[in-house]
Amino acid sequence: MRRIFWRGPPGSLGFPLKRLRVINAMKADTPPPHKNRWSWRSQAFRGIVYQALALAVIAFVAWFLAHNTLLNMRERGIQSGFDFMLQSAGFDIGESLYPFDSEESYLSAFLVGVSNTLRVAVVGIVLSTLLGTLLGVGRFSRNALVRGLCVSYVEAFRNIPVLLQLLMWYVILTEVLPSSDAAWKLGDFFLSKGGLNFPIPVWAVGQLWAAIGLGLGVVGVLLYRRWARRQFEATGRLRSAFWVPVVILIASSLAGWALGGAPTELNRPIRGEFSIEHGGALTPEFLAVLIGLTLYTAAFIAEVVRGGIASVPRGQGEAASALGLSHQQEMRLVMLPQALRVIIPPLTNQYLNLTKNSSLAVAIGYPDVVSIANTALNQTGRAVECISIVMLVYLTTSLGTSLLMGWYNSRSAIKER
Amino acid sequence: MRISTVKTLAAIAAAICTLAALPAHAGKTLDGIKAKGMVTCGVNTGLAGFGAADSAGKWSGLDVDVCRAIAAATLGDAEKVKYVPLNAQQRFTALQSGEIDVLSRNTTFTLTRDASLGLHDTVVTYYDGQGFMVPVKSKLKSAKQLKGQTVCVQSGTTTEKNLTDYSKANGLAIKPVVFEQLEAAENAYFTGRCIAYTTDASGLASTRNKVAKVPADHVILPELISKEPLGPMVRRGDDEWFAVVKWVIYGLIEAEEYGITQGNVDSLKTSSTDPVVKRILGTGEDSGKLLGLDKDWMARAIKATGNYGEIFERNVGPKSALGLPRGLNNQWNKGGLMYAYPVR
Repeated sequence: MRRIFWRGPPGSLGFPLKRLRVINAMKADTPPPHKNRWSWRSQAFRGIVYQALALAVIAFVAWFLAHNTLLNMRERGIQSGFDFMLQSAGFDIGESLYPFDSEESYLSAFLVGVSNTLRVAVVGIVLSTLLGTLLGVGRFSRNALVRGLCVSYVEAFRNIPVLLQLLMWYVILTEVLPSSDAAWKLGDFFLSKGGLNFPIPVWAVGQLWAAIGLGLGVVGVLLYRRWARRQFEATGRLRSAFWVPVVILIASSLAGWALGGAPTELNRPIRGEFSIEHGGALTPEFLAVLIGLTLYTAAFIAEVVRGGIASVPRGQGEAASALGLSHQQEMRLVMLPQALRVIIPPLTNQYLNLTKNSSLAVAIGYPDVVSIANTALNQTGRAVECISIVMLVYLTTSLGTSLLMGWYNSRSAIKER
Repeated sequence: MRISTVKTLAAIAAAICTLAALPAHAGKTLDGIKAKGMVTCGVNTGLAGFGAADSAGKWSGLDVDVCRAIAAATLGDAEKVKYVPLNAQQRFTALQSGEIDVLSRNTTFTLTRDASLGLHDTVVTYYDGQGFMVPVKSKLKSAKQLKGQTVCVQSGTTTEKNLTDYSKANGLAIKPVVFEQLEAAENAYFTGRCIAYTTDASGLASTRNKVAKVPADHVILPELISKEPLGPMVRRGDDEWFAVVKWVIYGLIEAEEYGITQGNVDSLKTSSTDPVVKRILGTGEDSGKLLGLDKDWMARAIKATGNYGEIFERNVGPKSALGLPRGLNNQWNKGGLMYAYPVR
């Protein structure tokens, strides 16, 4: 049957003769003839043919889908193309990291959407990692209450669909909180249906000096840590690895700030007629997405961390105890570094999930890239284009995250010497 | 094993060739409707007065009545409509892809939509304008007082851009909070997340009277910031179907002009001597034949839904729950904009 498809390589004599030869060979009970690399009987060759065929089918399907879509769209008079990206968007965006004007292009609007997505994703990843690690470590606590709380947290949050959680937080933030005229006030911080309002420093040259001071502080900390390690290796004396760097950082930025004239002017939020005005603000949409995604993903990260720690052989912990390390030191210096190797790959998965789940933000009105694409899609009617842009954005961020985590993974992997 | 792999590949190739041979053109919409015995109509997910299902799953509203009239004219039965509830973003794709035959979902006619989406605007069934709704207790009297405020809005609408235009023209720096679903946008407004909610004035009335717990707590501001001619849309490439939808609506409007109502349509059919009435009701010239329909097409539509005026009164008019004035939607000879091309 399969030989029907085989016409033989160029220059060969074709299959009938070949087949005859095989039959003859079998009849004569002589060893099989020399294997031709281009023969259908060569497994490697067949493999290549099948793979080429599969690739051709995939390429054909892709081409067919694209071609047919374009053809249908042209036939129905639906305009297509990415030319709209440079046209003026004409719609406002409720919140953005940097100022956006409705006269800017669709491209800038999309970039605002991407920045909003990344803002939630990055902050969410940091917070959920911190919370998830605490929860995961908490599962090994000697305190039954802490263990129980961690278990129930994980079970509660990872078993409720994330969309429901987002909606729940949004309802809590907009329904339960007071309206702006009765906002909860703590110093210069306001919490109301309008979100969280807080004072921000007014930009002045002094802040630049403080930033420079902070930068110098970071350099100082790095130098200090190097020195501390050398000291430790030379004398065996352990230097503080936490408090001294913190003091260095604070002192250097304070020094820079004082050098810059110590500007104290703050842009304080004040109660306006209908809302809290001025100052910095985090909208309830952003807060709901951030809280929802963080708490949800933290539950999964907790399990990842627990699994990682559980994978470290018991003897390691016992050895740490035998060396006289406290429970805390044992976790921090012995268990977690070894668990990290197991943790990183599934952790990457969770980061990707968080980033992708942020697309659900559209349900509660957060202007992420999906929301912007929806609006753009409706203003221009370019459905295929807008959806592909969204897919490209998520693909890029996900691959970027994977690459970064892959690099970190290879760095923390056991070095085989 | 390997033989089966080859067979599978061959089958896939064959399937692809079959797919490739499929015609891109779907054929005539009217033929399709007659064949399946059903008009598939895209409607709102729930906008009282225009398109909403009650607790028993029965659809009603001005947009829904247009679907019913089309079904009555083409199939002879106003019940033979399959309603596809669509949110603002899905609607055009659903129509483009042929999932629905006609989109009757309080949709604004604009140049972009008419010229670049592969769709046709038919006839305006409701002349509207965009407005703002605010809580009474905010004491806002004009949209111009909304400086720097948050306004809830549904995405995928002309509303979004109008809001930006208005905000820019008046230097208001309004912050839109954009929701995908109508219900989500309404909820956000009612919980107090936004100081105002904006959409077409008819939509505001619907939300205020049907969704708000106490309608009197909310007030619609006097400013109308845009023109919103709403009406059904059809796909391009089927002029016959375009004509059918267009003329059913003109017929309904003209029926009101000439006093043909749901109640008197049967008696007028036998008694009327007015040539215009006779043409509409198919007792004079056969107007339906030119559209590919029978001569009773319009009589059946009027019998099923009443004329345009009756549809308006029943669903959105002053005596309905929405209580909207006739205003621009009155007949042309009564100070409105409803001017039907003559059914002739």
